[in-house]
Amino acid sequence: MFYRLSGIHHTGYASAHRLWSVPADRWQVVAVLALALLAPLFVSDLYLGSYVLPWLVWSAAALSLSLLMGLAGQLHFGYAAVMAIGAYTSIHLAQAGVPFALAILGAGLTSAVIGTLFGAAALRVKGLYLVMATLAMQYLVDWVIVNVPAISGGAQATLRTPDVTFLGLPVETLSQRYYFALAWAVLLALFFMNVKRTSFGRALIAIRDKDFAAAVIGVDPFRFKLMAFLTSSFVGGVTGAVLAFCYYRAVTPEQFSFNVSIQLVAMVLVGGLGSVIGGFLGAGFVLLLPIILTNAIADLGASGWIDLSQNLMAHLPLIFYGAMIIGFLLFEPLGLAKIYDNVRKYFLVWPFRHSGS
Amino acid sequence: MAYFLELLVNGALVGLMYSLAALGFVLIYKSSGVPNLAQGALVMMAAYAAWAMVDFGLPLWAAVIAAAALMFAFGLLVERVLLRPMVGQPVIMVVMLTLGLEILLRGLVPGLLGAAPKPLDIGIGLAPVIVGDVFMNRAYLVGGVVAVVLIGASMLFFRTRLGTKLRAVSDDHVASWAVGLSVERAIAISWGIAGIAAVGAGVLWGSVQGVDWTLSSLLFPAVAVVILGGIDSIKGVFVGGLAVGILGSVIPGYLDAYAGGSTRDVVTSLIILLTIMIRPYGIFGREDIERI
Repeated sequence: MFYRLSGIHHTGYASAHRLWSVPADRWQVVAVLALALLAPLFVSDLYLGSYVLPWLVWSAAALSLSLLMGLAGQLHFGYAAVMAIGAYTSIHLAQAGVPFALAILGAGLTSAVIGTLFGAAALRVKGLYLVMATLAMQYLVDWVIVNVPAISGGAQATLRTPDVTFLGLPVETLSQRYYFALAWAVLLALFFMNVKRTSFGRALIAIRDKDFAAAVIGVDPFRFKLMAFLTSSFVGGVTGAVLAFCYYRAVTPEQFSFNVSIQLVAMVLVGGLGSVIGGFLGAGFVLLLPIILTNAIADLGASGWIDLSQNLMAHLPLIFYGAMIIGFLLFEPLGLAKIYDNVRKYFLVWPFRHSGS
Repeated sequence: MAYFLELLVNGALVGLMYSLAALGFVLIYKSSGVPNLAQGALVMMAAYAAWAMVDFGLPLWAAVIAAAALMFAFGLLVERVLLRPMVGQPVIMVVMLTLGLEILLRGLVPGLLGAAPKPLDIGIGLAPVIVGDVFMNRAYLVGGVVAVVLIGASMLFFRTRLGTKLRAVSDDHVASWAVGLSVERAIAISWGIAGIAAVGAGVLWGSVQGVDWTLSSLLFPAVAVVILGGIDSIKGVFVGGLAVGILGSVIPGYLDAYAGGSTRDVVTSLIILLTIMIRPYGIFGREDIERI
């Protein structure tokens, strides 16, 4: 309990660079994972289906975007479009009778190809111009999906996902869909953590920090930016497919609109750029905090403490959402991951103020 | 031919009204390098302010002046409270902050003043103006003229004493400090002026399509105008506005029948994408040369 760094001495690089080098962290991960695995047993179906499951899927989406924005430093304001491509591809493939595993793979590949095409077009520019170019991608993809009946099934149509089995395991009931989403989120988190330790991840970080400097030491910025777009779009497309099959189950173009892209960027920023725990915390915060605060205020209003008009109540989630983005950028630009890190460091050495080394 | 001319003229007028919404963006970017993605929300807020004043009983001219004063003050406030702490942060943070402001305003203003569309009558009849065999929308005509006047005024403004200071600040922050100009005040004033430009755009667009939150989606065409014209050029706002308006009117005028409608957004997106691919700094913009 006390001083959890006590007795930990790394005597080689292998132990110092392993994923969770402090045993307390390892136990924490095991505990969280056990809770997540047991969740269908003690969480009611309503909460599991409408809070926990979307939280997992959006965390996966935030992690996919964080790969591009946090590691490679490339801004993307059209990520919902990337996910839309994945979602629609997987549904059409599954409806055509392709096995679900292959359909998901196809979704990722289609997203990767289209996302990389736009990325390549935009890679001459950076910063603000990249924001604008990806924003244009969002509108173009939206328009194509809405206006090509073969993709969306006609204007204002919803496309239902067929029942599927993943490598023999059915993905139909709520708990099956939950475990599928959980598996994808965990896989993605592991992938993300390990990418940071490979030469590929380090090349991306070098480019993020200064692409000219990276070019000088032999990291080709164009090639690695393109690979970042490719990887991120691939996992983004798969996440879009998981979102469609596990959560929405009936897909319309509005579910992947520009506002969703903004929401994803907000998740990444609120969570903390390039951090795994930040992806999960940010997605949870952005999704749930406006709802929770609005419900709290609605309760206050119902008990007669405050009197708010119906109109203002309807706009409260938007207000909280905007205020949250502004608040985090002003007061904690490094996001929830930094807050978590501060707390963790404090308790690692508690009751001491700081560790010796 | 008359159909083409009609699309051309009305498109040009709409484009000028777009450039009015884009003017504030350019003013702020020019002075401080901040891309203000909340400009659409500022336009919406200005329209709501003007509507509220008229609703309160002020005559239109007084309402516009009061709204301009309010938006000037709001611009100063935003700069002081939100943007100044962000100096030196990477561009993604600043972009996201202005987007956060956009979302906040889009919730707060309609939340407090009512979300249903509100009519803002500025005394323009509905009858079209007919020149030869071309029908022109009277509201667009007035809007286009006002836009030209306001853009011209802001060009002249940059020749005044204050305007010269702003130009100096936009050129080089450190050098301006060295000769005793207050960079902070110049940036604050540019936010205030952007607020005033938003009043122009808000009143005109509000009278055309009613005052509600959809006014904030003017951001997208405004961004296209700015990218095409050059992100730090007032001349570019004028030319870019004309181009975006005309292309966004003529092309959908012929293609919408085949492509299933709303090709205007596609044209706008393509303008942004092609400009960024071919000439990222736009027609009149200054090319950024990155020093290591």
